[in-house]
Amino acid sequence: MKARVTVMLKTGVLDVQGEAVRHALGTLGFAGVQGVRQGKVIELDLTETDAAAAEAAVKAMCDKLLANTVIESYRVELL
Amino acid sequence: MKAAVVTFPGSNCDRDLAVAFERAGYQVARVWHKDSALPEGVDVVGVPGGFSFGDYLRCGAIAAQSPIAAAIRAHAARGGYVLGICNGFQVLTEMQLLPGALMRNAGLKFVCKPVGLRVETTDSAFTAGYGKGSVITVPVAHHDGNYTIDAEGLAQLQAEDRIAFRYTQTPNGAMDDIAGVLSANRRVLGMMPHPERVVDPAHGRADGAALFASLMGGMALA
Repeated sequence: MKARVTVMLKTGVLDVQGEAVRHALGTLGFAGVQGVRQGKVIELDLTETDAAAAEAAVKAMCDKLLANTVIESYRVELL
Repeated sequence: MKAAVVTFPGSNCDRDLAVAFERAGYQVARVWHKDSALPEGVDVVGVPGGFSFGDYLRCGAIAAQSPIAAAIRAHAARGGYVLGICNGFQVLTEMQLLPGALMRNAGLKFVCKPVGLRVETTDSAFTAGYGKGSVITVPVAHHDGNYTIDAEGLAQLQAEDRIAFRYTQTPNGAMDDIAGVLSANRRVLGMMPHPERVVDPAHGRADGAALFASLMGGMALA
């Protein structure tokens, strides 16, 4: 079973890299981009076959290592 | 007094930190990230600057899960002293020994220059050797030093007098100009600037020497 984890900065935490990308898009002439948030995607290849168990395990991985929950939120998708 | 300085793959200020401790009179042991225990009788652990594990995932995130991190956590839980500088500060926040997080600099650039630091509290063994409110000059060298914490956490740091140093002019956008914070028991200090790089007149300045000297003195009394 594969899992995809999307880690983003929490709402309200200023994303300085996303802001820089937004400015660059404006410079390139792409008008109307009101906001850019940048995050990361982590794909995991798991031996677990039970979806509920896999989701619980990946959430534990996120809390412990994959995300810093002080500033980041995460979303887990099973593929 | 005994100090242990940790080396992770990618640490690059570990030797400088060891020398700073030695100059202050410490007996220094060097510890590898795979070690699962600190040497017997260690009083203070130094977590140095650098780019542990290539800053993969997040600065300090992988180091915070290394075998030696568990030993540092136990040392801190016993009331032991810990000093984390630059990447070491990032490691200590990732270990949640200190609150908050260090994000990418607001200007997005790696900043490497001397900065002014105001000593905000002298109520710690690390800062007792400075005058309260005095301004020292210490170099920074980091890409991710933008200290961030939620409003509640910030209010708590302020109320408990746990902000050790503030920048006189922020180089990285840090919240409330915070350059260094103390743990609740005031025995764990994390700071982005590098006091170990200014401990000898030959460095150009020796503004950091008092930190190591007063830590030595404070621990002798404790």
